Amino acid sequence: MSSPNGTPTKITQGSQTKGGIGESTLRPDGTLKVTGEFAYSSDMWHEDMLWGQILRSTVAHAEIVSIDTSEALATPGVYAVLTYDDLPTDVKNYGLEIQDTPVLAHGKVRHHGEPVAVVAADHPETARRAAAKIKVDYRELPVITDEASATAPDAILVHENRDDHHAGHVPHPNIVHRQPIVRGDVAQARKRADVIVEGEYTFGMQDQAFLGPESGLAVPEEDGGVHLYIATQWLHSDLRQIAPVLGLPEDKVRMTLSGVGGAFGGREDLSMQIHACLLALRTGKPVKIVYNRFESFFGHVHRHPAKLYYEHGATRDGKLTHMKCRIVLDGGAYASASPAVVGNASSLSVGPYVIDDVDIEAIALYTNNPPCGAMRGFGAVQACFAYEAQMDKLARELGMDPVDFRQLNAMEQGTIMPTGQPVDSPAPVAELLRRVKAMPMPPERQWESSEGADLRELPGGLSNTTHGEGVVRGVGYAVGIKNVGFSEGFDDYSTAKVRMEVVGGEPVVTVHTAMAEVGQGGVTVHAQIARTELGVTQVTIHPANTQVGSAGSTSASRQTYVTGGAVKNACELVREKVLEIGRRKFGTYHPAWDTAELLLEGGKVVTDGGEVLADLVDVLGEDAVEVEEEWRHRPTEPFDLRTGQGNGHVQYSFAAHRAVVEVDTELGLVKVIELACAQDVGKALNPLSVLGQIQGGTTQGLGVAVMEEIIVDPKTAKVKNPSFTDYLIPTILDTPTIPVDVLELADDHAPYGLRGVGEAPTLSSTPAVLAAIRNATGLELNRTPVRPEHLTGTSLSEA
Amino acid sequence: MRVNFTVNGRPQEADDVWEGESLLYVLRERLGLPGSKNACEQGECGSCTVRLDGVPVCSCLVAAGQVEGREVVTVEGLADYAKQRSCASDACGTSLQNAQQWQAKGDSQTGEGTELSPVQQAFIDAGAVQCGFCTPGLLVAADEMLERNPTPTDADIREALSGNLCRCTGYEKIMDAVRLAAARQGEAV
Repeated sequence: MSSPNGTPTKITQGSQTKGGIGESTLRPDGTLKVTGEFAYSSDMWHEDMLWGQILRSTVAHAEIVSIDTSEALATPGVYAVLTYDDLPTDVKNYGLEIQDTPVLAHGKVRHHGEPVAVVAADHPETARRAAAKIKVDYRELPVITDEASATAPDAILVHENRDDHHAGHVPHPNIVHRQPIVRGDVAQARKRADVIVEGEYTFGMQDQAFLGPESGLAVPEEDGGVHLYIATQWLHSDLRQIAPVLGLPEDKVRMTLSGVGGAFGGREDLSMQIHACLLALRTGKPVKIVYNRFESFFGHVHRHPAKLYYEHGATRDGKLTHMKCRIVLDGGAYASASPAVVGNASSLSVGPYVIDDVDIEAIALYTNNPPCGAMRGFGAVQACFAYEAQMDKLARELGMDPVDFRQLNAMEQGTIMPTGQPVDSPAPVAELLRRVKAMPMPPERQWESSEGADLRELPGGLSNTTHGEGVVRGVGYAVGIKNVGFSEGFDDYSTAKVRMEVVGGEPVVTVHTAMAEVGQGGVTVHAQIARTELGVTQVTIHPANTQVGSAGSTSASRQTYVTGGAVKNACELVREKVLEIGRRKFGTYHPAWDTAELLLEGGKVVTDGGEVLADLVDVLGEDAVEVEEEWRHRPTEPFDLRTGQGNGHVQYSFAAHRAVVEVDTELGLVKVIELACAQDVGKALNPLSVLGQIQGGTTQGLGVAVMEEIIVDPKTAKVKNPSFTDYLIPTILDTPTIPVDVLELADDHAPYGLRGVGEAPTLSSTPAVLAAIRNATGLELNRTPVRPEHLTGTSLSEA
Repeated sequence: MRVNFTVNGRPQEADDVWEGESLLYVLRERLGLPGSKNACEQGECGSCTVRLDGVPVCSCLVAAGQVEGREVVTVEGLADYAKQRSCASDACGTSLQNAQQWQAKGDSQTGEGTELSPVQQAFIDAGAVQCGFCTPGLLVAADEMLERNPTPTDADIREALSGNLCRCTGYEKIMDAVRLAAARQGEAV
């Protein structure tokens, strides 16, 4: 079939400056994005295409007694209706680590909104109406919604007959994974404590709320294969899960990355990929599926809600003695990324502090709640909320300043993690706190103006709920630690193909990777790396697809490190080949070809002394030099299943926040006035993009502090607020100024010394806001998000 | 049904429109103008913002039939619309004819050579674009505010853009971009 509209093409970007790393070069896709011409996955269009629609379960836990599709099939305009029985092979499940997720429900549904059937029709409304005509007879089962119901003696098993690699070591089949970490002697250390504080914390279910809905276009191909244009975070991971279900070899499932409207972890799992391919192969026509927002809330995993139980001790002079914690993450009905979330939560549960004696346990449950998986900072985000609350409690007990107390216990380079892993690159925790504290404070009563109170600057805004009466200011601090890259022994490699040739009398470099550009600016950075390493100005970014090796996932703050590292490595190999050609052609004309350190700069081969030896145009002539190569960071090890010991992480990243809030204590309304951040980024390859990551991550942390939560009815396990009307994310009015202080302490193990940036700011933002609200109100506030009723004492529960 | 209306200065005719279709659907799926985005399709996110007879609206909440005989400006026509406006304020005339002959300029694959409105250029320069899905709606809303209020305060900007959700940027660079566009607009006068 012909290519659909919206097929991505190469983008060539020149640069007026050197345009290398360290410069804030502009996005190569910026012009397309501001003119509306950038093709997102939901913009794909093909002559004669059909629209797919998924029918989802209306109940959370039930046996499927029968499914009747006859009326749907008879609807004019409907081309296909598929259920479990139509799946073409024996592979009927998929999953990131554990293949426990049915492509279409078989005999049972385990959560509200689980896919049961798919329809293809010639108009999206026809498909929707036909799906509504499918009759599913459910026999409801009791719902498992929390730890107590999951591990009760007579608990129904969410998944019977588990045979995954965690099944053997978990204490109950409704526990996906358990990771204890034991180090030192807590009982002994506890005796040294002058103060002990305990806390029980609740973290609500957050949604990634990326704006571009799950969508894609599957085009059947003449060889019996299919071409999928898709928004995802990892093309090759999708491919590995899709192909077996379709019964096709991987080379017959071609995948091209369409424009991705944000991700934040929510596109690590498959959504509509297999459904669209199944319908395309069944009907022989291109099939487009686009979720609406309602469906999107059911169509991807969320951030794990958690219960966290902590005990810390400290001596009178403010040194931490020990920590015990238990973190219970609700993984929902399917495993998704739960095992990795458990690994992060447990191994980072101490936070960026020195505590030698710890006793840690983290588990993820199987329940009938919505499946939870990856979201920015996973595992570490929930832990940071709790341990930072504990730090404030300890400081208060000791009568110490909360920042001083944190600095006194801050980890540094050389600190041993609870996993036994030494931190072998800069860990400027105390310095980040110092910097964020040193930033100028926003003015007091900033809402006052010559014409009275400016309502827009007050809690409640133009609702005109206060002119300053009852408004109290508070300030809070927090700091966090996040791992960068895939951990626990995962082979976390990336592939880059780099080509250099002369086009139009100028050397041009093409960079081809399968990296998912989801908005983070990886494409910008790849062009910068190519310019720095190969001394050109024109760089072409090839569309990401599966015609090149895997680039790993756009997650875990890893892409600039790992795919950036792969691009750098491939560029270095290209440079060697180019210099080899140069030596062959011109070596006899100048001895420096053999004796000097040679660089590519400004389109020329130069010595490290700056002497020009040749133009790249002359060296290359008609030749093109191309290298495709995998690149790996330092290997990691799994955590021991009993002790949690192991060099499990690649790199750590750190951010600190100071929040200034104003609270209308009468109505429980919060306005965050300022949310300052200091973060160590190792090396800012693109300072403008780094700021964008920090400010964006900070704002997602703000969201889960004061507004964002998917509410699941504990009686029915049904989602109550699947819309942007009822699930609120911060608007520009809710978001304060976010001054940022960027520190660049190189990590010698990483390319250019860089440190993954994307996630750390999402950690400390939430506890800083909570600390500020506690500071303003004097309330305990052991859950997030905070809602008005938690501040006014009018909550029916969880007050 | 058939709907006749003007999009970015060009008369358009959409056939076989089902009565329940939104303006957003007709723009995206029938007229080949997918620049207006479909982030929520329930009037909460602003990603589908267009000008309807000059007024910014969520095109997902406008039934296609309601636009019969009316004028719509989408992000695809924003550069020309802004140019026309600046010409009109300088009385350089023939804007209607120009508008009717509007078509996208430059290389549609790379965007090289594309003429941009001040607010579009400012969004690129200030780093206000990440995933870009909110960008079209924000651009239409920001352009409309700057038309009304060429020297907005920060509070004005926040109020005007409060109907447009962005999930990537934390809005700081969007604030920078609108301030930059306002400043450049001020210099140009």
